[in-house]
Amino acid sequence: MVKLRGTGLSAVNYPTGMNLGGDPSQALIHATTSGSFVVSLSATDLGQGLRTVIGQIAAEALGVGMDDVVIDTADTDTGPHDMGTFASRATHRVGNAVIAAAQEAREALLDVAEDELEAARSDLEFDGQGNILVRGAPDRSMKIADIAAAAQFKYGRTIAGRGVYMKPRSPVDPETGAMDPDSTEAHACTVAEVAVDTDTGEVTVLSIRSAYEVGRQINPALVKGQIVGGAWMGMSHALYETTQPYYPDPAYSPKDFSEYLMPGAYEMPKIECVVLEYPSSNGPYGVKGVGEMTANSPIPAIVNAIYHATGVRIDELPVTPELILRGLDARARAARLAETSTTPDS
Amino acid sequence: MGSKIVTFVLGGREVEVMVKPMTTLQAVLRYQLGYTAVKEGCRQGGCGSCTVLVEGEPVLACLLPAEDVAGQQVTTLESITPVDGLDPLQQAFLDASGFQCGYCTPGMIMVSKALLEHNPRPTREEILDALAGNICRCTGYEPIVAAVEGAAQAGAAPGAQRR
Repeated sequence: MVKLRGTGLSAVNYPTGMNLGGDPSQALIHATTSGSFVVSLSATDLGQGLRTVIGQIAAEALGVGMDDVVIDTADTDTGPHDMGTFASRATHRVGNAVIAAAQEAREALLDVAEDELEAARSDLEFDGQGNILVRGAPDRSMKIADIAAAAQFKYGRTIAGRGVYMKPRSPVDPETGAMDPDSTEAHACTVAEVAVDTDTGEVTVLSIRSAYEVGRQINPALVKGQIVGGAWMGMSHALYETTQPYYPDPAYSPKDFSEYLMPGAYEMPKIECVVLEYPSSNGPYGVKGVGEMTANSPIPAIVNAIYHATGVRIDELPVTPELILRGLDARARAARLAETSTTPDS
Repeated sequence: MGSKIVTFVLGGREVEVMVKPMTTLQAVLRYQLGYTAVKEGCRQGGCGSCTVLVEGEPVLACLLPAEDVAGQQVTTLESITPVDGLDPLQQAFLDASGFQCGYCTPGMIMVSKALLEHNPRPTREEILDALAGNICRCTGYEPIVAAVEGAAQAGAAPGAQRR
């Protein structure tokens, strides 16, 4: 048995959002009677942490603490319009929509604060800690929660804001094919190390090391979670997951969870990552999308590492032991053939 | 065969349930008793998300007929969660970001709980071994392993049933 080792590299430019026929997200914000703010969305938190990062963005944009923000997501029957959570678009699109909605809600707060604090609008400012202050008069301030309560109980007004972010449709230039398909692009480079068992065709991933450039990180722990989880997913796509049969007879296709191959805790390689931040011009606070790319960049890196280790170039996924053994056989046959054809007959 | 009454101890409290034969413990806990931490992932013992402890040992509640736990101690994630706070293992999962969507988390915590009860200072290999039957599709496992290591270091091991 020989274990061949190899190293492979991949580099990725990854689009944030899609062109489609226009790509909108909407957000609605309103203050409750208790002075907290409800942010209504139709984008979904799949576990990637959308509710957390949108909570952070909404709190920042409203000038209140995260505890004063409630994120209400994913009832598409009643929520504002959203294209959905895909294409690494949600933080970018929804974040922008929430900032716009927060700006409108802040104007509504200032309308009330002018009366309550008896001050000119131009003298009012948000302290970012849940208060509105009168510039130059530190003793004259009000809690945003109290302003919201006054709006509802004293003035009979709403504190609310509407926001939309829309990536307009970009038609294709018929002459050149040029178009504007996305809002911004994140970048990645991944290096994978593998060991390939030449008897069994099995691949062991030894390490996945990546650098990701993701714009501004709203929540570094969640970004790291995407990267580490994505490395697993990429490795799983590269080497394990398929609904097709591994062997010609359909009887050998996976029928349920227990037969659908995925790597587990035991198969995890060493995963390391570096995150670089070059803020985008159009994302909320400079965001770019990080989700999907983390599952994509490991795949070509692993396939390239297998090629480096074995000389076998695989062009379908997953890379099963069978594909590798057939590739090794083909290489051995080709080598024998080359040897025979160069040996003089006599 | 008709239904029958099964009595067992759930989180330290005796419960009685009326079950049809071959009703799983998972169905009883989640749907009859409202213990929603007991997830219904694959219903075939393939994913580990329904894991609970029976007499302190992790079992797949989706494969176990409820009648089989008659007279025994059953522990779910709810059972180990203090009324106002978190079990040290739950805190360790939080600290290590050991979850994303959270679906596998109750099962992961229950197998880890059993591991640390038996073996308060597990090696990394022993942790991987304990988690081998539980599937996570979000985290890449490393943060979960880190959470269990963190809990072991913090001495989270033996916790009495609190609820």
